[in-house]
Amino acid sequence: MKTKFALFGAATALALLPMTASAQRGSSGHLNVIYWQAPSIMNPYLSGGTKDVDAANIVLEPLARYNGDGVLVPWLAQEVPTVENGGVAADLTSITWRLQEGLLWSDGTPVTSADVAFTAQYCMDPAGGCAQLRQFNGVESVEVVDDLTVTVHFAQPTPVPYGPFVTMGSPIIQAAQFAECLGARAPECTEANFYPIGTGGFRVTDFRPNDVITFEANPNYRDPALPYFATMTLKGGGDAASAGRAVMETGEMDYAWNLQLAPDVIAQMAQGGRGVPVAAFGTLVERIEINMTDPSPNLPPETRSTRAAPHPILSDIRVREALSRAIDRELLVEIGYGQAGQPACNLVPAPPMFASEANENCRAQDLDRARALLDEAGWVPGPDGIRVKDGVRLVLDYQSSTNAVRQDFQALIQQWWREIGVEANLRNINSSVFFGGDPASPDTFQKFYADVEMYANNFPGTDPEQYLGQYRCGMEPRPETQWQGENINRFCDPAYDALHSELARTANIEERARIARELNDILVQNFVIIPLVHRGRVSARATTLEGTDLNTWDTELWNIAEWRRAG
Amino acid sequence: MFNYTLRRLLLAIPTLLFIALVIFLLLELSPGDPMSDMPLTIPPEVRQAMREALGLGEAWYIRFYKWLYLFAIVEPSHILAGMTGWDIAMEGPRILSFQTRSPVADIIAQRMPQTLWVVGLSYVFGVLLAVPIGVYSAYRQYSWFDQTGAFVSMVGFSLPTFFTGPLLILIFSIWLGWFPIIYDTTLVVDSWYDFFLQLRQMAMPVFVLTLYNVAQINRFMRASMLDNLTQDYVRTARAKGLTEKVVVLVHVLRNSLIPVVTVIALGIPAIFTGAIITEQIFRVNGLGQLLITAIYASDIPMVLTLSVVFAILIVLFNLIADLLYAILDPRIRYD
Repeated sequence: MKTKFALFGAATALALLPMTASAQRGSSGHLNVIYWQAPSIMNPYLSGGTKDVDAANIVLEPLARYNGDGVLVPWLAQEVPTVENGGVAADLTSITWRLQEGLLWSDGTPVTSADVAFTAQYCMDPAGGCAQLRQFNGVESVEVVDDLTVTVHFAQPTPVPYGPFVTMGSPIIQAAQFAECLGARAPECTEANFYPIGTGGFRVTDFRPNDVITFEANPNYRDPALPYFATMTLKGGGDAASAGRAVMETGEMDYAWNLQLAPDVIAQMAQGGRGVPVAAFGTLVERIEINMTDPSPNLPPETRSTRAAPHPILSDIRVREALSRAIDRELLVEIGYGQAGQPACNLVPAPPMFASEANENCRAQDLDRARALLDEAGWVPGPDGIRVKDGVRLVLDYQSSTNAVRQDFQALIQQWWREIGVEANLRNINSSVFFGGDPASPDTFQKFYADVEMYANNFPGTDPEQYLGQYRCGMEPRPETQWQGENINRFCDPAYDALHSELARTANIEERARIARELNDILVQNFVIIPLVHRGRVSARATTLEGTDLNTWDTELWNIAEWRRAG
Repeated sequence: MFNYTLRRLLLAIPTLLFIALVIFLLLELSPGDPMSDMPLTIPPEVRQAMREALGLGEAWYIRFYKWLYLFAIVEPSHILAGMTGWDIAMEGPRILSFQTRSPVADIIAQRMPQTLWVVGLSYVFGVLLAVPIGVYSAYRQYSWFDQTGAFVSMVGFSLPTFFTGPLLILIFSIWLGWFPIIYDTTLVVDSWYDFFLQLRQMAMPVFVLTLYNVAQINRFMRASMLDNLTQDYVRTARAKGLTEKVVVLVHVLRNSLIPVVTVIALGIPAIFTGAIITEQIFRVNGLGQLLITAIYASDIPMVLTLSVVFAILIVLFNLIADLLYAILDPRIRYD
């Protein structure tokens, strides 16, 4: 398995190989891609689902996107604007993009800065329910300077102005096609939402929602030699296992997206020899979130799991640390993720510049240290081995979403905690309920009617400012906010907030990285969040397919125009 | 008979309204949220705005009324316009799926062919095989044929499709490489070669479902035949000197078919509900897969519309089964 596993570094190296002279548009024939979740719509502004955003990005493109190494590269723009090259104003309140010259939509009309400005207008319409509104945070206006130039004005100085029109979440749509689709009328434009006119390597020939999409090479693509494939099918549906099989065992498909399967299953499929698994790491971290507030059902609904009632057991940092020390992360990775996981000690695991190196001691399991911490905190073992303090047993409710790997993790961690005298009551909840956010349901991860819970989260792009901002005071879900909010732990520390405000004012990248690492350390060293596994993405490609570069910072299909058949 | 049919159809309207309301309320009360599929990186206030854009901000009775109006008035006008080519499609909003933001009726129409090809064909095969097998098994009770039939039926009954499906994939796709494991819904049959491809990709799902259908229907057929074979009128027929062929195939079979026809007729709406598991395994992406993905995504308009369409079909085929009785048995009269 190890030898067959081509990490994305190797894939990048392949992409850089000199191309054969015969390579030209359409010369590679037909490409079959399978997504086990089927795309429903080709408009990323109306759906935030990964499957839909990925499919849309085959056709629609942003001004700049992240490459496989997490570096922002110009896409439809001439260059990435910075303060140094004058593209970003010195006071950080505006950014000016210049489109490449001669760009055409797939229908042959020119791409202009009016299309870019229209894209912002489309997403920022208050009645539209735009899924990517976060990309346009703080935008005051978008000004068309000339045919190729557009300036985005922000209300506040914005040190990282790469939200609007950058990466997969914010591609440019054609003003002419979507002119009648603003605001509340957005969903009525089925034709535009299914067959968007774009600038990408391919255009849609047939869209069947939640089933299959067929594409053909865009005749007006800016590079006359690309794309190498003449036609393409994106099939959806089924399950991850048979998608992997279709690439690696039967060879019916060329590329299978996101194989969330047990490592031994993937290894066995790779024996088929027709395809290889590829993996890459982004910022996704599987973690245990600690509830800093009391979820006891005896409390009235106004105070249960809110900051009015601090947690009787977990408010003690020594207990939280003991829970973390008792976990063997190496074993969790081996059982649950194999090559697609690494032990995680940080909330922000990447990019390298932002990843703290101060917490590596979490990698080794230390049961003795954990027991000593609990002793120190006054919890003494009772007759059945479970610790007791002032007549209270050390029992925790531990919830997660229903998922085979998560339930394995719960069982293992329950066992380790038992060894240090902590009893865990396990619960798993269907994901559509757990992540559903229904304020009336007691089982959502936001409501957190449990002591600890486990799930995975990440941040889009490469800058963690907004992600770390989730842990500010006042961001927690509570009855007044209809249980919406992102500070799941109900953590609150004025020093943290002050440091985060400093991050929001800082433009220098080294300085930003240092502050982000410090913020990460506050959360992790207070054991408010117990990171478990830094999860990668595993996909599979046929052995005959070249040019793929699994990218976790953007869509996996970001460079699909460069994919080609070997030989 | 006409009056009876009309009366039954009119009575069906309040029944269906009630069914629609119950399904709507069940969906309303069930946990889940159309936003639960979205990545956690989408902030809560954006989620809220998206919910409102889907119309979820309104009171439930307003949403139910709107859906009912669209379902009963607007959508039929579009379907009629599509079938006849007349320009009678009503302007304005239609029932939109939360997932795709496109009209639910269009997606259902798009999914129908796959489901009818695969599930419908397996039902036809099931009936065509089950009836002769059932008749012969009963006529030669406890023969080796009957015993084999009983064994195959038990296998068909007890092995779930989520077991037989992957087993067939393993044997015929991965080891032998005869059949594809991915059903190509875009295949257009306009040559003999395409027809061969269509047969090839349908083979496994149709086989899996046929096995199940044969198992079920042939047991009913056999039991019903056995009941009738011991009746007095059969002895009379034989005493009159009729040939065995006439006794079994004319006298016994016709009488035995009455309960079997009910089972077969009531099974037909199930064709339209698709085969949720089998479609998923073989990626046929028909109505069953549509329903299950809609349920997972809390796509309320889609689930509601599909469920009510199924309810209409069930009510309709109940009526058809009742009318068929009268044709098979002249003693049954409804007027």
